[in-house]
Amino acid sequence: MKILTPMRALWSLSVLGAVLLGALTLGLTAGPSGLGLGEILSVLADRDASGPAADIVLRVRLPRVLLGALVGACLAVSGVLFQAMLRNPLADPYVLGVSGGAALGGILVLSLGSAIGLGYAAVPPAAFAGCLITTAVLYAIAGANARVSTTSLLLTGVVFNAFASAAIVFLASMAGLTEGASIFLWLIGSLSSIRTEVTGWVAIFLVLGLGATFPLARGLNLSALGGESAEQLGVDIDRQRRVVLIASSLMVGAAVSVAGMIGFVGLIIPHLLRLILGPDHRLLIPASAFGGAAFLVICDAVARTILDGRELPVGAITALAGGPLFLWLLRRYHQRVFS
Amino acid sequence: MTDAALCIEDVALKFGEREILKGVNLEVPEGAVVALAGRNGAGKTTLLRVASRVLRPSSGRISIRGAPIEGFSRRDLAKELAVVPQDTPVSFPFRVIEVVLMGRSPHLGVLGFESRADVALAREVMERVGIEEFADRSILDLSGGERQLVLIARALTQEPRVLLLDEPTAHLDLAHRVAVLDLVRDFARDGRSALVISHDLALSARASDRLALLAEGRVLDCGRPADVLTPVNLMTAFGIRADVIQAPDGSPLVIPRSAASDAMS
Repeated sequence: MKILTPMRALWSLSVLGAVLLGALTLGLTAGPSGLGLGEILSVLADRDASGPAADIVLRVRLPRVLLGALVGACLAVSGVLFQAMLRNPLADPYVLGVSGGAALGGILVLSLGSAIGLGYAAVPPAAFAGCLITTAVLYAIAGANARVSTTSLLLTGVVFNAFASAAIVFLASMAGLTEGASIFLWLIGSLSSIRTEVTGWVAIFLVLGLGATFPLARGLNLSALGGESAEQLGVDIDRQRRVVLIASSLMVGAAVSVAGMIGFVGLIIPHLLRLILGPDHRLLIPASAFGGAAFLVICDAVARTILDGRELPVGAITALAGGPLFLWLLRRYHQRVFS
Repeated sequence: MTDAALCIEDVALKFGEREILKGVNLEVPEGAVVALAGRNGAGKTTLLRVASRVLRPSSGRISIRGAPIEGFSRRDLAKELAVVPQDTPVSFPFRVIEVVLMGRSPHLGVLGFESRADVALAREVMERVGIEEFADRSILDLSGGERQLVLIARALTQEPRVLLLDEPTAHLDLAHRVAVLDLVRDFARDGRSALVISHDLALSARASDRLALLAEGRVLDCGRPADVLTPVNLMTAFGIRADVIQAPDGSPLVIPRSAASDAMS
């Protein structure tokens, strides 16, 4: 009879930390230039490193790997939060259309913002606003005591994603943004054209999101057995919903504004970790941050190397992995929970 | 206002134009088990939700040992009062021991983990309720009756002073019904109290000190089960003709004859 103790939580997080470290190493070494681990480590250790190897490591790979880790963590943690808030293991910011809302907010600023003097810096707040609105709409549809409305939720997500994609293409075409990779980035999610100046912002959004929601972890456990039941066990359920809504929107907004609509990370990682570690949110929330970070960095390494000389968007890799898993989960949970 | 364990005074509740509760007065004294009966839709579950502050009444007052429940923080209220719902939605595969331990939440700090004493208490309660053998099973894999026992164990682990139970025996077989009502009786010793909604009039009459009949949003009668379960009250509360006989131990047994409408025709 294993009960979650601080020791067990710490041990699990240490293992996941090691996995993340391995993933970061893989992310730094993967690429066409043939740089070895020794060379990479010496560049990282040398403060005054210069030359082609230093350029590749410090200007190309390190920012990309770090941003990938942050985006993966944001998406996985917000997946856990959406699942807990909607009491639905199939919830994921991409599947629910929340990423679509964020992307739409971002592209609105990119395509029309210049007319009113808004630059790229306004993209993350706009993506956050898009997220917040979509999540609030979703929550209104699901209702305060959401349980059987899985079909409504998923259908809303499908319809909203289709709408958001069409609106993104329309707005991007209007503003002449369809050339190059930018439109591709928004629609499928990629880490290839990242803006390093926003790394700090994504990190801040992640820390804020984690900091605000980790104290709610036990309340989220109690909510798994119904909001009313959680209230009767001492949880301020309205406050919990507000905090989760804002924190998850912050994280998805941050992730989408730098890497577009990367799907399924918020579904794959929480589900996998729930299978291994159990559903306790006191462990699942921080574990998902590590797991999501490692997963996206590995997926990006695969995306960069699987086709010789060409690069796939990382969203294609996560969707290829996540699509079948989603269908399997849908079948399984329909049988067990929602029947 | 009295110092009863739970005192419900003149509580009314409206959903839109519909009046569910129309001035309910009910006292649960310390050390007593009070049964609450009435036909479906009479407002029994709503009354429990109001008493646990999940719903706010349109008017009236609810107090615990003389203190209005609005004055309690959510956590402090959960230390005083635990609720066993009829059933519960479950969305994640928490193990039974984890669900039972959730009852300790009001007693723990924000980031606190359950102590050994908490785990020992949960195990002891599970043994008392008879669910210790499925401590490690997922709550998703349990039958309705087993799940109901887990929810009872969770409420007992909460160590409240007042227990509110909404049809705790609805999914249980006869042996478990008797066992659960015995647990409730045991709980009410040491000055703690329970309010139990039940459709099983014979068993609740046996297990309770008082029985309240709720009809059309009001307490029709409340008192010793033998005094309350009369043919006239049963006709008013349930719309049935019934005979009430005495069991060998003196408790009343209700034997319905037929629905009033049938009898009228």
